[in-house]
Amino acid sequence: VCRLHGRYHEMAPNVVPMDYTKDPDVKLPMQLIINMPELKENPFKERIVGSFSEDGEGSLSFNDFVDMFSVLSEMAPRELKAIYAFKIYDFNTDNFICKSDLEQTLNKLTREELTAEEITLVCEKVIEEADMDGDGKLGFADFENMISKAPDFLSTFHIRI
Amino acid sequence: DDDSNEEDGGGQQNGASRRKNYQRKNRDRKKAGEEGSKQRDRGKKAPTKDQKESENKEKKTTRKGKEGENKQEKGRKNSISSTSSHSSDEESLSEEELAMLMEQVEQKKKLISTMRNKPWRMVKKLSVLREAQAFVEKFEGALGKGKGKKLYAYKMMMAKKWVKFKRDFENFKTQCIPWEMKIKEVESHFGSSVASYFIFLRWMYGVNLVLFGLIFGLVIIPEILMGMPYGSMPRKTVPRAEQATAMDFSVLWDFEGYIKYSALFYGYYNNQRTIGWLKYRLPMAYFMVGISVFGYSLMVVIRSMARNANESTADGDDDNFVFSWKMFTSWDYLIGNAETADNKFASITTSFKESIVDEQESNKDENIHLRRFLRVLANVLIICCLCGSGYLIYFVVKRSQTFSKMQNAGWYERNEVEIVMSLLGMFCPPLFETIAALENYHPRIGLKWQLGRIFALFLGNLYTFLLALMDDVNEKLAEEDVVKNITYWTLLGHHNLSVGNDSSATPPPLDPADVPRGPCWETTVGIEFVRLTVSDILVTFITILVGDFIRACFVRFVNYCWCWDLEAGFPSYAEFDISGNVLGLVFNQGMIWMGSFYAPGLVGINVLRLLTSMYFQCWAVMSSNVPHARVFKASKSNNFYMGLLLLILFLSLLPVAYTIMSLPPSFDCGPFSGKKRMYDVIQETIELDFPVFVAKIFSYVANPGLIIPAILLMVLAIYYLNSVSEAYQRANAELKKKMQMQREEEKNKRNNKASTNPMLQDLEDLLTPSTKTESNPKQAEDKKTESPERTSPVRKPGKGGVLNGSPMTSGRGAAFIPPSHVFVTQPLALGVRAPYPGQPRPRGHPMGLIPGRGRGQPRY
Repeated sequence: VCRLHGRYHEMAPNVVPMDYTKDPDVKLPMQLIINMPELKENPFKERIVGSFSEDGEGSLSFNDFVDMFSVLSEMAPRELKAIYAFKIYDFNTDNFICKSDLEQTLNKLTREELTAEEITLVCEKVIEEADMDGDGKLGFADFENMISKAPDFLSTFHIRI
Repeated sequence: DDDSNEEDGGGQQNGASRRKNYQRKNRDRKKAGEEGSKQRDRGKKAPTKDQKESENKEKKTTRKGKEGENKQEKGRKNSISSTSSHSSDEESLSEEELAMLMEQVEQKKKLISTMRNKPWRMVKKLSVLREAQAFVEKFEGALGKGKGKKLYAYKMMMAKKWVKFKRDFENFKTQCIPWEMKIKEVESHFGSSVASYFIFLRWMYGVNLVLFGLIFGLVIIPEILMGMPYGSMPRKTVPRAEQATAMDFSVLWDFEGYIKYSALFYGYYNNQRTIGWLKYRLPMAYFMVGISVFGYSLMVVIRSMARNANESTADGDDDNFVFSWKMFTSWDYLIGNAETADNKFASITTSFKESIVDEQESNKDENIHLRRFLRVLANVLIICCLCGSGYLIYFVVKRSQTFSKMQNAGWYERNEVEIVMSLLGMFCPPLFETIAALENYHPRIGLKWQLGRIFALFLGNLYTFLLALMDDVNEKLAEEDVVKNITYWTLLGHHNLSVGNDSSATPPPLDPADVPRGPCWETTVGIEFVRLTVSDILVTFITILVGDFIRACFVRFVNYCWCWDLEAGFPSYAEFDISGNVLGLVFNQGMIWMGSFYAPGLVGINVLRLLTSMYFQCWAVMSSNVPHARVFKASKSNNFYMGLLLLILFLSLLPVAYTIMSLPPSFDCGPFSGKKRMYDVIQETIELDFPVFVAKIFSYVANPGLIIPAILLMVLAIYYLNSVSEAYQRANAELKKKMQMQREEEKNKRNNKASTNPMLQDLEDLLTPSTKTESNPKQAEDKKTESPERTSPVRKPGKGGVLNGSPMTSGRGAAFIPPSHVFVTQPLALGVRAPYPGQPRPRGHPMGLIPGRGRGQPRY
């Protein structure tokens, strides 16, 4: 944690206090955090920070910061990671991954190199594969069921710090 | 309001001492809070995984390494506990309250231990945690009341101390892990699969370090410190004939000369039963350490395999979720470098496009026969190569024996064996790859074949080498008898001479350098292995230097004045060859295992090698390699490499065990000299060092009449466990099937009211054929394609959504619909079927392989 605090501090030395015993209320804005080297190249960086942020605007207090890296670490259990992954990929935060969420994910992943037809095809396929209850979008149960069988989920959904 | 309740409770809990009814109120509130949290548990599937077992025992749960916060909490807790202990002293609780309390305390403890796995906000977690901890603190003291309070409190305190100690130790261990930052750097540039090689290297380094510690501490150090020094005995001295050249670098490089007669090799060790004032039994220690090297390695490898197997859940070859997995798990969050990210984006795009194309196109028209012929041809060619290389090595080793008898052998002749083996190792794998291009397999399967072939190549080489070595050994054994005689007569002669010259009773001892020496075959074997290892190291380093670094320099600098673009075209930059490197590491380890019994210093050399290799390869990778164009998942390969390691371990155990059991040790060198067989040392130790009854016990235990039934028992146990595991797997599959069916039922319930279980459908049709006829086509219209393993592609516009829905049910149903409708639905059903050769089977086989899914579908 001291290491994390060091990183947190060096992002904004004049704002973040060294001493946390008095529980200061300090938040770092999203812009600073997504410039961290670990997150810089990640296409989902805004969503990651957003889903751990308490005030919904993307600012992270130190607690949230620790939370984020703890979930993304190697030691976090699969279910916990699945919960947060669901939150991250749910762009419109309606607790469902609907088609538009999928489209946005895909665009971020491929940097919009796919044609519109290909995008719709892929999104439809995903819904077809994973949607169990037939509502046309992925609820958490669908997502979790699908991701728990994925062999690489644990190794890719992991940030080392 | 649950939250606010808990916050309030927490706040009040931090206060001073309480009265009994207030405690009750709190208890109720706690209960409500716990109910809420329990429901949340159910909702969020609170897990307690095995990997968290050490943390489950913790009462104070903070995140990994959260020392700073912890100290604050501890401070706070201490203040609470001091106040609460005062309060609890004044209270006295009745039996049932005690039991209820205990239950609550247990619940709280459980909550604390699973706190990490809850997806709550940090602030909430912290407050719930503090409040739960305070509760536990407070009432634990109270629980101990009445019966054995002191003992209970003591137990609790010890438990807490133990938990704290364990956590500190874990923290310390995590900090001790070397090279974490380096690996992270590599990871961020190259992705997780390349980094997995370095993690494997680090693990090997750890294992080797332990082995080195064992050997060094228990064998080498005692001999050096407490054994006879250099020059005191024939076996420890360079013979007179060689003394002139013993210090030459070329001789030392061949591990002859002074190095041969040092503690690095078997021949140096004295066969004195006990040495030094500690009465350290060196021969026994040597033998036991040799065995425990294998034992420890076996244990470590199997433990690692078991851990890997636990983590990789269920079926990795599940094809049901190809697109979903691609979408959600293809981005590697470890990437932190812009160039790598670009690469990754490109590869993701490519893989999506590939899958889309595979989805859309129908089966290619393949010429099966041509393909089979080509594959057989390729295999034949490769077998020829393997045999050829085996023969070459045999030939070369034979030649080297004649060379060693020659007087002026040049440098090449002396090192021919090693050079040939290294060259084979360098050139055959690419040869195999080019031949494998004939086979036209899917890349992942192709990789497996390639690895298997390289493995066979190395294995063949190693065993041929060993066979040739065995010939050598046998020769030496024959020679030994001759030398024994010579030595005996020389000593006798010298004795007679000296006695004859003066009348002193004790003859002056012959200078050790002059005593004729037997051909110590064990040392020779040790030397061979060490030389092989060293040359392997050199070849690896040179390959990396030339193959990667020089190539990169060449491409970078000469590109300016070259006709075609070197970077994109022919040489370009090298990609990091993960499988080649891992195999090299595995085989190197095999050689170490084989040679360490005869050359105790070999493990030390290996430790040095791994250390330098780590830094060297990290540097080489960062400076001269480019990330892979095609991304390969390393996830399941981990166990594959461990399996290889295990196999190599067994294979390297065999020669050593054989030589221990069946060859007599040399008569004048090594710790077992003078014995008939090496394992006689155990017999000796038992007879002389242990009390008499132990010897009797061992003789009973070693009785074949006891051993054979024991082996039979173990075989039976294996069979039983195997069948139990098979039963579990079947039960697993059944449950999965059930879940699938349930889900499909639910889905179809939403879409239309009828069940689509074909058997039920048939039954229904049978019972009421007339009424069903009208409704069936309608149902066929309404149904969409459902179940998860369907891979029916985008609806072709021509057919519309009408009959695409449930072609198979309509097909099935059609069979039972009275003839008037058969002609209507069946042709359509057939028509629907034809252009979709990849149509999945009826739902009766949800778990079966789906036929004819686009060939060459990339599997990750």
